Amino acid sequence: MITPTHYLLLSMALFTIGLAGVMTRRNIIIVFMSIELMLNAVNINLVAYSAQVQNLVGQVFAIFVIAVAAAEAAVGLGILLAFYRNKETVNIDEMNLMKW
Amino acid sequence: MQYIWAIPLLPGLGALVNGLVGVRVFSRRTAGLVACTAMGAALALSLVAFWQLLGLPAEMRSYDVVVAQWIPSIASATSDGARAALQVPWGFRLDPLSAMMLLVVTGIGTLIHVYSTAYMHDEPRGGVARFFCYLNLFCFFMLLLVLGSNVLVMFVGWEGVGLCSYLLIGYWYEKPSAGDAGKKAFITNRIGDWGFILGIFLLFWTFGTLDFVSIQRAASAMPIETGHFGVLSVIALLLFVGATGKSAQIPLFVWLPDAMEGPTPVSALIHAATMVTAGVYMLGRNAVLFSHAPMVLQIVAVVGVLTAFLAATIGLVQNDIKRVLAYSTVSQLGYMFTAVGVGAFSAGAFHLMTHAFFKALLFLGSGSVIHAMAGEQDMRRMGALKRHLPVTFATMTIGALAIAGIPPLAGFFSKDEILFRAFEANKFIWVLAVLTAFMTAFYMFRLVALTFLGAYRGPAWQGDAHGDRAVAGVDAHGHGAWHGPHESPRAMTLPLQLLAAGAVLAGFVGIPAALGGGNAIEHFLAPSFAVAGVHETAGPTGSPGVELGLMLFSVLVAAAGIGLAWKLYVADPEMSERLATRFASAHRLLSRKYYVDEFYNATFISGTMASGRALWTFDRRVVDGFVNGASWVTMFGSWLSGLTDRAVVDGLVNGIGNRLQQASYTIRRLQTGLVQNYAMLMLFGVFAFVSLYLFVR
Amino acid sequence: MAEAIAFYVLAACILGFAVLVVTAKNPVHSVVFLVLDFLCVAALYVTLGAEFVAAIQVLVYAGGIVVLYLFVVMLVNVKRPPEAFRAGGRHATLGLALAGAVLVEAAAIAVWSRLSPAAPASAAQTLPVSGNTEQVGWLLYTSYLVPFEVASMLLLVAMVGAIVLARKES
Repeated sequence: MITPTHYLLLSMALFTIGLAGVMTRRNIIIVFMSIELMLNAVNINLVAYSAQVQNLVGQVFAIFVIAVAAAEAAVGLGILLAFYRNKETVNIDEMNLMKW
Repeated sequence: MQYIWAIPLLPGLGALVNGLVGVRVFSRRTAGLVACTAMGAALALSLVAFWQLLGLPAEMRSYDVVVAQWIPSIASATSDGARAALQVPWGFRLDPLSAMMLLVVTGIGTLIHVYSTAYMHDEPRGGVARFFCYLNLFCFFMLLLVLGSNVLVMFVGWEGVGLCSYLLIGYWYEKPSAGDAGKKAFITNRIGDWGFILGIFLLFWTFGTLDFVSIQRAASAMPIETGHFGVLSVIALLLFVGATGKSAQIPLFVWLPDAMEGPTPVSALIHAATMVTAGVYMLGRNAVLFSHAPMVLQIVAVVGVLTAFLAATIGLVQNDIKRVLAYSTVSQLGYMFTAVGVGAFSAGAFHLMTHAFFKALLFLGSGSVIHAMAGEQDMRRMGALKRHLPVTFATMTIGALAIAGIPPLAGFFSKDEILFRAFEANKFIWVLAVLTAFMTAFYMFRLVALTFLGAYRGPAWQGDAHGDRAVAGVDAHGHGAWHGPHESPRAMTLPLQLLAAGAVLAGFVGIPAALGGGNAIEHFLAPSFAVAGVHETAGPTGSPGVELGLMLFSVLVAAAGIGLAWKLYVADPEMSERLATRFASAHRLLSRKYYVDEFYNATFISGTMASGRALWTFDRRVVDGFVNGASWVTMFGSWLSGLTDRAVVDGLVNGIGNRLQQASYTIRRLQTGLVQNYAMLMLFGVFAFVSLYLFVR
Repeated sequence: MAEAIAFYVLAACILGFAVLVVTAKNPVHSVVFLVLDFLCVAALYVTLGAEFVAAIQVLVYAGGIVVLYLFVVMLVNVKRPPEAFRAGGRHATLGLALAGAVLVEAAAIAVWSRLSPAAPASAAQTLPVSGNTEQVGWLLYTSYLVPFEVASMLLLVAMVGAIVLARKES
């Protein structure tokens, strides 16, 4: 029997993996991709519970999350490109202009 | 007689004119003319008034004139609690005593004014006008003093003559010695005036009035204070203190010899004939009061005779011709006070009059000598001036004989009267007085001998018959080289001659009964010393024989004095030198005037200066110390508060700032710029919440 | 039974691919694994009966976003390996540990707190149409019209922004 709890655990694990990626990787593109993983984890959760309560709100919400993730990915990569043009690096450790 | 108020006014006007206008514009002649005219007019008025007074019967010889009210009325009270009003008019009274003084002042004053026109003609033009202004002013005040009907008007005159004396002594103000002498005179007078003022206060306090006649009347009703010091005695004593200041008695005589710094006419008028006699006059005015205070009269007599004796001893060894005369004046004033002290008021007044004549004569004569010797005043550098200055010599010899008391000159009569009354009152006083007479005769003839007789000891002059000794830079009044001593001009010799005549004739108004005369002056003056016909002053009580004997004795004494002077200074001049060296210490004591000035300097003067310095030190240390201390305290307080502000307040503020800054240094390191660090911080938060949820829920 | 197997297999794939995305050295490899991951997720949606979401997932995520990432990876062809520079004070392992801890705790919470959704109090909605896509479409155009329009606006803005940011300065 697959309960929503299973899906919850799955989404948590995926979220944590994404989180680990965000925390550890130095390549900023990998970091972005990890963020997409986290978003997916959220979507899994949403859809799972939507199926549980037989209400499509969860799915609609997941659609919107996907839309926003797309927008965010586009803009984020745009920023990255602009930064890359100036600093010639994608090492997140070198992106410390906001340092004190 | 109703114009007696004009008598002081005329010289006053003269002073005003000379002072305001004359100093700027008048020539010497004009200034002198103005002054002499004023005095001459005053003399004329005085003669008229005197004549009119003689026309009145003896008991009614008192004429009052009130010109204006001075102090209309100030409510007050007297010692017995009665209400009294201080009311003082500008009043003048003409009675025998004031009439006599009037004639003396105006008569001798006019002569001296005339004399001064010649004597002062070397002075600059403005200076001459100034001199005559002061001289007239002096006469104005003196006449005020003499004619005043109440104590306050007399006091105005009293102070005024003191002021003019200061002005005239210090006439040559560029000379520091003259200025000092003027100050000394004024200050010494002031000390006496202190006593006088206290006496005035006490007079009003006792009698409720300041009018002389009223006072004498009230005093005659009070008991005679024999043997004890009542209020009358205290008043009398205070008034006498004033008299000692003005008339140069012990202990306030020290100013008179120094006053010789002034021009000789000043010495003649002020310090011989008039101002110094003001003290005697004042005592005479209060005769009734003094008669009721026998203890004080005793003091007066003793002080008087001691002064006479002392001054005569000093006069023996003085070398300045004017100094001799100054001490002689002090001595003769002592005689006058002795007379007053033994109750012989009219004898004292009589001597005052005769003394005025021959002392003025002697002073003017000495002025003539000094003028001839081009300013030389030391007798040791004179001598044998008889043939150069015949008129001066003759008149001065007359004056010397008069003062020595040789009959029939004036001094004989007046001095003898005093000696007689002294003999009756107190033998000891009489002895001292006789000794003084001996010394008087001696030093006066010493003066005559040194100046006019013997060998000439002065500097040489061009055309000197004794050979061509170098002219010692002597300048005869701006005329270039000195041409030797010569007789003075007419303006100077005429007063001398007139005064000499007076010295001869003035005595005849007082021929005593013993010699067959009626002693006119005593009877003339008696009403002034009495009240409403009651004769308070005691008359002579001795027999005529005693009087004649005493007369003879005093003549012999005078002759002896003259003889000794002849021996020592004419016949055998070296002997005086030998005596001087033999008795060197005594000689020095006398010539240093008994070190009185030094004593006063060491005690009173130094004491006053020292206390002044002490007060100044007190002011500097204590008062300024307080003030400076207060300021120091304030500054210290402000430094302290500044320190507090810097250390504490600023420290606090800065400290806070520093802490914050250090905190910020630490905290800002949070901003690493590494995104993953920020993410980790967020994760920390999440972890914390989840843990919270897990463990709390 | 089959549902369980499908779930477990898909779950394993998803997690496995995710790990590979995060740990691959070559960024291109990461992108490839990401694509595979997304496809597995889409399959999972299908097992949950959300066909429309699965389709959108494949189209947008696997088709759009990943392609974008691929392009960028190609563009950013750095000469030196990005791992060359390590910043001090990064504390990466600490982050990793923290993440694991959070996972453990959350799992504990999930398992032991008996979280169960409320009974379908909000009754199953009845929509006039049937079939997943139709129903989602119906909701989108009626109840959630405004968010739909806003989302489209957002996409427009993002597009403009991305172009502005990324174009070369001429």
